[in-house]
Amino acid sequence: MSGTLHVTSAGPSITIQDQGRLGYLSQGLNKSGVADTTALFEGAALLGQSSELAALEMVGMGGTFHSDTDSRIALTGAPMSASIDGTPLTWNASHALPAGAKLVIGGARVGTYGYLHVGGGIDGPVRMGSRATHISAGLGAAIALGDALPIGKDKSQTTGNALPQEERFDGGQIRVVASMQTDLFEQDVRDRFNQTQFRRDPRANRMGVRMDSDEGGFFANDQLNILSEIIVPGDIQITGDGTPYVLMCECGTTGGYPRIGTVIPCDLNRVAQAPAGATLCFSFVSHREAEAAERQASTERKMLAQRIYPLVRDPHTMRDLLRYQLVSGAISATADPFAEEN
Amino acid sequence: MTDFPQIRSVGMSGMLVQFAEKVSEPANRAALAFRAALQAAEWSEVTETSTSLVSTFIAVDLARTAPQAMTAKLQALLAAQDWFHAPLPAGRTLWQVPCAYDEALAPQLIEAAEAAGVSPEQAIKELSTSRVRVLTIGFAPGQPYMGELPEHWNIPRQQTLTKSVPPGALVVAIRQLIVFTNASPTGWRHVGQTAFQTFRPEAEMPFALSPGDELCFPAVTANELRKITAKDTSGNGGAQQEALT
Repeated sequence: MSGTLHVTSAGPSITIQDQGRLGYLSQGLNKSGVADTTALFEGAALLGQSSELAALEMVGMGGTFHSDTDSRIALTGAPMSASIDGTPLTWNASHALPAGAKLVIGGARVGTYGYLHVGGGIDGPVRMGSRATHISAGLGAAIALGDALPIGKDKSQTTGNALPQEERFDGGQIRVVASMQTDLFEQDVRDRFNQTQFRRDPRANRMGVRMDSDEGGFFANDQLNILSEIIVPGDIQITGDGTPYVLMCECGTTGGYPRIGTVIPCDLNRVAQAPAGATLCFSFVSHREAEAAERQASTERKMLAQRIYPLVRDPHTMRDLLRYQLVSGAISATADPFAEEN
Repeated sequence: MTDFPQIRSVGMSGMLVQFAEKVSEPANRAALAFRAALQAAEWSEVTETSTSLVSTFIAVDLARTAPQAMTAKLQALLAAQDWFHAPLPAGRTLWQVPCAYDEALAPQLIEAAEAAGVSPEQAIKELSTSRVRVLTIGFAPGQPYMGELPEHWNIPRQQTLTKSVPPGALVVAIRQLIVFTNASPTGWRHVGQTAFQTFRPEAEMPFALSPGDELCFPAVTANELRKITAKDTSGNGGAQQEALT
């Protein structure tokens, strides 16, 4: 059943995102897509559907929604307060959203990017192979009050599943590999970078995250004469005043500021989710270590479905308790429990 | 002196072949030709390729394919020919893009002319008759970096950024021109205005230009540009195009 998700209030930067678009790098458009890829895979696992489907990415705060048909939702990424018709919802879990019920998603308790997935996916327009909004490129726009978002056909009905909440919402240790411009920085500058505690500056968006420290700037040799070169997400660019910026999913494709290193892809979610003021430390690892970490992350992603557990609900919070068939399936109230099964 | 080409890894995202440390015509030609060869080779581990001014990027998941293995393959391909003298890519287009140089639409023309050491009239004459090549596309979708203008146009970027130039703005610095895709802050000087859309997200062919294409910016008045904008809804801004062989 496909329907429409209506937006009756919206935080300032809610966008439709998926895994992004490949193949346009040569034309100045990078892959982009979700800021926290793990959250996208978690949503897909919770709803038992393809990770190719699009979800709503909510920065810092959510909005108010209702669907005109019975539908399913999953909430992942930065935990936010959430309720359906006033009943609080567990984060990192899937829930039924009955037709007309009011879904309210508030501010993030920790982290930055929260995700609202719907069964069947948000069926926004496909442009150049993706539904992902890319604001700086002019592809799509932020979700606004009054928007009616088409929902794709939902092939399943399962709800009430949860995944353990990963700890990736409060900064921490970030692994970095050397990249093509690392050797423009003297070893002592790199060492100091490795030992510095950074704070995530409030200046951050899908293009980049500024890092503050009390350590002074980190300068490359001859840094004003560096040729503009390819940029990839995760690159740690050092601006003219010596401040590091971690470039994120919606960064440009080329740039002239030198890059001291690159955050390994599986740790980039942690940078994206770090809230303003969170402490981050960068440590250079060997290519071999990075390879192992990436492989492990990819295995964990494939195992997500196996980590799902059923939500146990407190009957006191179930408004419509009598609607539920509380005794069914495995145990019958009337049958002889010792009888042989057929 | 370091020898070129050089092969480097780019984080865990791929490999970079650099053909020079400064912008030059042969190195740009090499980067374009090497990318074309990579596209033709269709290596299964390569997800996409692109060029910057004088380098070619090869997107490869380095967690799955070791950089050493990629380096060896790239070295073998590099050895196959003299890339600095390779022909330009096939299927290039010459674009004549009408451009207004009136002061109201080109607020920094006088300043740029002064930096280049020519009169404003001479600047318009040179900018409107120069033929430049798309060296690379980047920063914003479809946005071309074009060069090279004569040596006296080797003018630096401004110390401070202009808050915003409109889409279609023609800007100049370091012997290069850019036509802006979207309204954007820039350190380059705004010397002309076109109605050319480099990126057309709703169109079947969203990107108007390819690296290697050549462009001229013949002068029209502000009034003529207004008429063009009203009449030409294709995104071409009244531009004429012809195939280059």
